Amino acid sequence: MKTSTKQPLLTVNRLTKHFHIKRGFPKSVSYTVKAVDDVSFHVNRKEAFGLAGESGCGKSTVGRCVLRLIEPDSGQVFLQNTDITGLNNQELRSIRKKMQIIFQDPYSSLNPRRTIGQTLEEPMRVHKLCENDNIRDIVIDLLENVGLSAGVIDKYPHEFSGGQRQRVGIARALLFNPELIVADEAVSALDVSIQMQILQLLQNLKEKLSLSYLFISHDLAVVRYFCQRVAIMYLGKFVELGSVSQIFDEPLHPYTLTLRNASPIPDPSIEQAFAQLKGEVPSPISPPQGCHFHPRCAKAKDICSREYPKWIELGKGRGVACHLYG
Amino acid sequence: MNTIARFKHFGTETYHVFNRNKTSWIGLLLLTMLVLLAVLAPVIAPYDPVEQHIIQRLEPPSSQFLLGTDYYGRDVLSRIIWGCRVSFIIGSVSVAIAMFFGTILGSMAGYKGGYFDAFVMGVMDVLMSIPTLLMGLLIVAILGPSQANLIIALALTMIPRFARIARAPTIAAKSKVYVEACQAMGFSDMRILVVHIFPNIFGELMVMGSMWMATAVRTEAALSFIGLGVNPPTATLGGMIREGFKDIMSAPWASLYPGLVILLIVFAANLLGDGLRDALDPKLRNEK
Repeated sequence: MKTSTKQPLLTVNRLTKHFHIKRGFPKSVSYTVKAVDDVSFHVNRKEAFGLAGESGCGKSTVGRCVLRLIEPDSGQVFLQNTDITGLNNQELRSIRKKMQIIFQDPYSSLNPRRTIGQTLEEPMRVHKLCENDNIRDIVIDLLENVGLSAGVIDKYPHEFSGGQRQRVGIARALLFNPELIVADEAVSALDVSIQMQILQLLQNLKEKLSLSYLFISHDLAVVRYFCQRVAIMYLGKFVELGSVSQIFDEPLHPYTLTLRNASPIPDPSIEQAFAQLKGEVPSPISPPQGCHFHPRCAKAKDICSREYPKWIELGKGRGVACHLYG
Repeated sequence: MNTIARFKHFGTETYHVFNRNKTSWIGLLLLTMLVLLAVLAPVIAPYDPVEQHIIQRLEPPSSQFLLGTDYYGRDVLSRIIWGCRVSFIIGSVSVAIAMFFGTILGSMAGYKGGYFDAFVMGVMDVLMSIPTLLMGLLIVAILGPSQANLIIALALTMIPRFARIARAPTIAAKSKVYVEACQAMGFSDMRILVVHIFPNIFGELMVMGSMWMATAVRTEAALSFIGLGVNPPTATLGGMIREGFKDIMSAPWASLYPGLVILLIVFAANLLGDGLRDALDPKLRNEK
């Protein structure tokens, strides 16, 4: 889509994941949460693709389905030419060297009983990536790459700050020299000042190692800074997709517009009219009929409460799901 | 070097908490003494436990027989020392077997979940519904009384307890993000279980182990008392109580002292278990 003929690194095709919940006793009623509902996108090489939306909209589920940490119900995930949804455990294990994940919470993503060195050396030993004698040197190299000193190798996670731990998490994701990294709210749990450092680190690594990111975040400012293209998600569906400048400068979907207006502009001289969004995010168990967003939408029409809008391709890789543009 | 440092770190912390509760030291000391007694039985015991001094039957405690003699003129002290040996062997071997299989079953069930979990834990519940003593009776009735059969019976009743103890923390650990990270790294389930989840349940298993050893010793004594334990003339604590029972009014020492030793073992193992629980429980760790 991005006016290039080269093949995208990651292609996600009509990915769907529904969770089934049974509640009640003795007569249980089962609910279906459509966490991810018919989502398609692709990530180009050396690109950071953003996935933004409110919490609970399914963006993390997309990330985990891409890595098959959660089994998707239907749809395909292609890494280059391989459909990873059809792989058996053995093949999956080897493809996971090509795609890795950075977790949101740097506190629980490291085993508290193991030193940084053990955490980082173990995968290399398991996958026999190199001679046993070299492992420590490689790990030290890697730690220096992510801005930590070699001395941390024998320390435990509790001896570090959140930012340092996240650096360890990044180092772990880089162990296998992956091509794609899913960054699941990778900076959300950190202080704003540390966020910037980590983002810059991710940026540098991207250029140095030609990485691609699937960058999941609720923070639009971070997405705008870091990503080239972005998709906005609402209750399991994409509502808009396009380049960062398209999405942020000329948002089409009313939801994107309110989201953008809700994030503050760091300039006190600009008077900002915060567009108030009516109501709460509806329960994903029973999303509203028609367009999921229509009860909160200022521009809702009759048709919006009846049927879900089709995905409209607007060219230049731009797409939107809204009746206003149909 | 790395591993040693880690053990030291974990060890000192555990030691400090263990140290805070003085009663746990009493438990450890008592148990160590009793175990030493049992291990060194051939050296310490003043007489052969089955040697009969027919002329000196039912002698009260004296300088020659420190705790008196029984109906057949056997030295009670020597028999207690050898009886401890049998008790500890049965107690520790049955607990070890139960811990091994129980932990494997429980953590597999917790990790895999679903039907496997339901099936395994269902079987465990059935096993658990049979009281230890009844299960002992059953096995011994089927297989005949012997030390090995007693161990099998005790282990069978303890497996579900360890399975339960292992399952719950496995489920808790499974949802930790670092376990998900392991999956993303392409680690096998076996490795995740053994290397990353097992350390979380180790403490609780040790506590349960010491507690259930006390129960195993007690049950062995009970089964020996009703004549379903180890065959005579082998000295066992429960068997001694039974043999001395008919003369309990005239020669109480033959039953009383082995009974006291059973009490001591159970008491010591429970004290140690309590101390260990406090020392290994991360929630109690930081409390004064």
